[in-house]
Amino acid sequence: MAFIEVSGISKSFAAANGTVRPVLRDVSLNVERGAFASIVGAMGSGKSTLLSILAGLTSADSGSVAVGGETVRGVRSDASFVFQNYSLLPWFTALENVRLAVGAANPALAREAQVAQARRALEQVGLGNALNRRPGQLSGGMRQRVAIARAFATNPEVLFLDEPFGALDAMTRETVQQDLVRLCSSAERPVTTVMITNSVEEAILLSDWIIPMLPGPPATLGAPISVQLARPRSVAQLAHEEDATHVRAHVIATLTAALGGRARRMPVKADEDTVAPVALATEESR
Amino acid sequence: MKRVMHLMLPTVGLGLALLVWWAASLKVPDLPSPVRTWEESKIYILEPFVKRGETDQGIALLAYYSLMRVAQGFLLGAVIGTPVGFLFGVSPLITRMFDPLMQVMRPISPLAWLPLGLVLFQKSEPAALFAIAVCSMWPTIINTMMGVRAIPQDYWNVAKVLRLSRTTTFLKIIVPATLPYMFTGYRLSLGIAWLVIVASEMLTGTPGVGGFLWQEYNSLIYAHILLAIVTIGVIGFVLDRLMGLAEARLRAV
Repeated sequence: MAFIEVSGISKSFAAANGTVRPVLRDVSLNVERGAFASIVGAMGSGKSTLLSILAGLTSADSGSVAVGGETVRGVRSDASFVFQNYSLLPWFTALENVRLAVGAANPALAREAQVAQARRALEQVGLGNALNRRPGQLSGGMRQRVAIARAFATNPEVLFLDEPFGALDAMTRETVQQDLVRLCSSAERPVTTVMITNSVEEAILLSDWIIPMLPGPPATLGAPISVQLARPRSVAQLAHEEDATHVRAHVIATLTAALGGRARRMPVKADEDTVAPVALATEESR
Repeated sequence: MKRVMHLMLPTVGLGLALLVWWAASLKVPDLPSPVRTWEESKIYILEPFVKRGETDQGIALLAYYSLMRVAQGFLLGAVIGTPVGFLFGVSPLITRMFDPLMQVMRPISPLAWLPLGLVLFQKSEPAALFAIAVCSMWPTIINTMMGVRAIPQDYWNVAKVLRLSRTTTFLKIIVPATLPYMFTGYRLSLGIAWLVIVASEMLTGTPGVGGFLWQEYNSLIYAHILLAIVTIGVIGFVLDRLMGLAEARLRAV
């Protein structure tokens, strides 16, 4: 039995004009314990909604989500979440932001122990000398490191990542990505991760499985694509490796096929940084 | 040059105002000129802490009485208004229940609340506090409510994914996120409280700047009315600036 089991999820939102807008239809997904799965798709395709449902932040209209054999009915105590926009509290220091998570997860723990645990988490992402700085005094990359430290500080079994590197510049992105890989592999217990992203490169770099999200509305999931590439991986190495090229082509082909008519109207541009079919379906540009 | 203009322009404005005052005093026989006002009221300013009688006291003492009364009434209003604002902010149901009532009570003048306070409490001092609190708490309620509603979804998400308890969410997220709005409310409330004090002292005859103003009017000493008016204005301005500084500090976070 898979660790995360999603079966037949559908979700609609009521639009402003009274109509119902279907976002997800009959979405099913299995993620094995300890695996890193990425859901890749265009912006506005319903990825975030799906992730919120998996994490228990939003409830589905129909279908079910189970983690570790238990039906999800709200945020699990062993789950952590990293948001695209850091979501740190600006009035607290980096240390206090992380300690808040530790304290909420282990209320019985003495305050000094909570602080020590938070400090260790921040030291692991190389922020040992920025403990007492507030988010406003940190760069984007450092803020996202604090958010990642906060997620790992509670020793989670499940990790949900909502475009965690989307707001970072390319250079910073890669170092923070490597931080994440290191934390995932050095965690005390296997961490099962679901990430959503619109970058195929990022998905190949980090994942064991890539699940293409086929735009709707309502959106559906394509068949999972296995990424059997040796670790550690690096962006430079993946650019040339043949297996990586296969995976990339497979993912892009699935996404473009789903785009259908829309893709044919516009030329597909094979850009290194932004992958064309994804960029084509972008409804809101950054 | 910029610094000079910074001081120059307000000085010129003040000078023009004094000129208009002086011109008006030539036309209206009862209105004392700026110079006569100073001559007749300098004893209050130069000996600010002397107590000659019940309302015949140095201006600093009178201001002190008024400020103490305002502080009590304002604090009472803040102590009631802040939790009410939080409640309105988090509960649309409660807002719908009480919003019409609040909209009706808000425009009622302090002069109307004061007699009700006298009926309720039988004494002038608590009636004055009642009037100040009732009139000054609206901006606190409304701004606190708006502050809670303006909390970005991100912060609510943090509370959800960290599974923060209600108490922790309130203390670590809702209060800090609302604080700048609360202080805007406090600043506006304090301004209103200071407006109300004069009216309530005039009606109840209690010692203070407003009480002094009313007594000197009844004694036909018009220079002292002007002294009281200038004092009220200056103190109100200083209070607003002090609250503004506190607010700016909070917004800087």
